[in-house]
Amino acid sequence: MGHSTSIEEVKKHVKTYYMVFGALMVLTVVTVAIAYLHLSIIPALILALFVATIKGSLVACYFMHLISEKNMVYLTLGITMLFFVFMIGIFIFAYYGQEGVYVVP
Amino acid sequence: MDIPYTVEERPDTGLNNAKLGIWLFLASEVMLFGGLFSAYIFLRIGAPEWPGTMAGQTFATSFEVLNVPIGTFNTFVLIASSVTMVMSWASLMMKDFKKYKLYMGLTILLALAFLVVKGFEYGGKFSAGMFPSESTFLAIYFTLTGLHGLHVIGGIVVNAYFWGPGAKMWETDPDRFTNRIEIAGLYWHFVDLVWIFLFPTIYLL
Repeated sequence: MGHSTSIEEVKKHVKTYYMVFGALMVLTVVTVAIAYLHLSIIPALILALFVATIKGSLVACYFMHLISEKNMVYLTLGITMLFFVFMIGIFIFAYYGQEGVYVVP
Repeated sequence: MDIPYTVEERPDTGLNNAKLGIWLFLASEVMLFGGLFSAYIFLRIGAPEWPGTMAGQTFATSFEVLNVPIGTFNTFVLIASSVTMVMSWASLMMKDFKKYKLYMGLTILLALAFLVVKGFEYGGKFSAGMFPSESTFLAIYFTLTGLHGLHVIGGIVVNAYFWGPGAKMWETDPDRFTNRIEIAGLYWHFVDLVWIFLFPTIYLL
């Protein structure tokens, strides 16, 4: 966000920030509530990461202004995500179908 | 000579250098924490029991080892600090320096509160004989939360500088100062974001 943003626009942003704040608080309660359901590991993991991703996206999009950024930022993050997925994926593929892999509740 | 592109956008990147710099730094941080997260997944799916035996006791869930209400409280604290951080920037955008001081001060206090709570959590673990060397679970728990805690300390140092002596720049170069707060904010929100993923994976799964 450049320095040319007007005061009126910032005032609108402030409203959004408080709405995001409320959403993050509610979603934190949801995260903890899901944990108390004592689901088995796979659905618990998927649900927990799903809610965390929504929360993370809210922070990134609104607090970090990613919803309206320049292409260079998206490019930097796009490349980072590619490497990130590769790094996580390489472990999962290396482990897939091997003996001695436990998924414990 | 003035440093170029501290506030104005570079024609080739479309960004000022500070913003491109912080995003490149955050990209490296994604890989740092991502590597440790993948280590956590690796250790977890390869463990016959999790969190397992530590300090002479066997635990079936991380619930029993870690204090979920305290972890939840700290999540609220860190999210609130992210809001006060973005509000300190918004206050500068609205040319309200007093509000900036208030919100930035709150951000620092909330960050300190987070660390104090974390300190009590660590203290409780240590007094129960739960050290990183005790189990794989504790090793990755202390590594991940410890590294995150170091980031919180780093954020406090930077924010305290901008709250105190660094705030003089508001008088001489308000645009550049506002930009500095936005950049410090990007870092701080990232620290919040990491915790948003750390909390459910370590405390609740």
